[in-house]
Amino acid sequence: MSRRIVVPFGPQHPVLPEPIHLDLVLEDEHVIEAIPSIGYVHRGLEKLVEKRDFKDFVYIAERICGICSFIHSVGYCQGIENIMDIEVPKRAQYLRTIWSEYSRLHSHLLWLGLFADSMGFENLFMNSWRIREKILDAMEETTGGRVIQGSCKVGGVRRDISDSKLKDMVKDLDILSSDIEDLCHVFFDDDTVIHRTKGVGVISKEAAYSLGAVGPTARGSGVSTDIRKTGYVAYADLDFSPVVETGGDCYARCAVRARELLQSVDIIKQAVDAVPSGDIDVKVKGNPDGEYFSRVEQPRGECLHYIKANGKKNILRERVRTPTTANIPALVKMLGGCEMADVPVIVLSIDPCIGCAER
Amino acid sequence: MSYLTKSPWIIHYDASSCNGCDIEVLACLTPLYDVERFGIINTGNPKHADIFVVTGSVNEQNKEVIKNIYNQMPKPNVVVGVGICACSGGVFRECYNVSGGVGELIPVDVYVPGCAARPEQIIDGIVKALGILDKKYKDSKKGGDFK
Repeated sequence: MSRRIVVPFGPQHPVLPEPIHLDLVLEDEHVIEAIPSIGYVHRGLEKLVEKRDFKDFVYIAERICGICSFIHSVGYCQGIENIMDIEVPKRAQYLRTIWSEYSRLHSHLLWLGLFADSMGFENLFMNSWRIREKILDAMEETTGGRVIQGSCKVGGVRRDISDSKLKDMVKDLDILSSDIEDLCHVFFDDDTVIHRTKGVGVISKEAAYSLGAVGPTARGSGVSTDIRKTGYVAYADLDFSPVVETGGDCYARCAVRARELLQSVDIIKQAVDAVPSGDIDVKVKGNPDGEYFSRVEQPRGECLHYIKANGKKNILRERVRTPTTANIPALVKMLGGCEMADVPVIVLSIDPCIGCAER
Repeated sequence: MSYLTKSPWIIHYDASSCNGCDIEVLACLTPLYDVERFGIINTGNPKHADIFVVTGSVNEQNKEVIKNIYNQMPKPNVVVGVGICACSGGVFRECYNVSGGVGELIPVDVYVPGCAARPEQIIDGIVKALGILDKKYKDSKKGGDFK
């Protein structure tokens, strides 16, 4: 047996846009064990519920993470609305669906870019981000913000999208989807990508399930789980099925996200076709009293918002279980036995969002 | 931009940002904004960098990391605080694990407010920083001290 050494990875590392620290125990070039430690971006924002009232907290919930921002605000609002028995207008639910899918598109394109960067494929990184700017333009035109939208509120949404604008958005998406298909083609068929991702960081279906992996990490291993199928906001009216791959390696996880891009485009088109006219919000009276578990599907997987309130203006407790937290045990499992040079690719393959995970 | 005779490289560190500003910093480097055409490259090595771009606020855990990066950078250098969290802590200033803006730890030359700061603003801030960097460089040639 050769000598074991410990190599620190992070918190400041060229491949990581965010700080996470891993102690990699190596034997020659092979990783025997990976020990994660976090805490670099912890802010303690859950405690802010004591200082902000429950309507104001939507904006804090949105800033849990700048990538999954909109869906966090949907998760929080949904929880409060369920406690207070607020019937959100259908149009607001559809607009939430459309913006959620736009968030997913921008998040997945961002991730595909970072993933390409992690294997040194700079051109692909730039191309993914070039396409992503078009999605952000649509977000900015409809909400006013590129990454933090601030358009979801308790009882509905703050801005409407006109029907003509919705039609224009679909037209833009039609043009964009051919670009996305070209991009997917590279991720599916390019030799460089296949060489760096096939058979790397494999996790079996059983392991993914028992370690509690969520989202594309679980779906890449063949676990068919998608919280959108529970039919929150307007997903119940739309026709789609979870994208599942069975490889369990980095290639499969990448393929899940690439295919979800086209799925999101399809969901947006369906939603735009079916969007009803009417109000976009209802007046909220009184304070919430009760508790609720709100589940939403983030680009990274299932996200839970637990809310407990006692009839006061400030809610008692808000607790968030983010998808990255759920995926870290699976990541540690994937890293065991891999080669040192593959570590960046494997770490990126779960789409770590440390901002979410530590809050 | 006549003073841009060298290619200034940046190093980016996410102190305790929500990611919003981080992805906007990266967006500056990609095709739509493309600051790489001015020779500005995002490097991972503090010893290669002239401009330190910090997003997010300071806490006990990342204090040492920020200090380490700053001290390893060759002088003269400039520090750009991107986002309202780097300026003052922003919406999170009342959180128990936020000590405040980056200015409390290291000298900051340019602040770029905004939540999230837009790429145009970030580029504007970095261009301002380049002017300051040039001035510091000239001062150092005259034998003055630089920090």
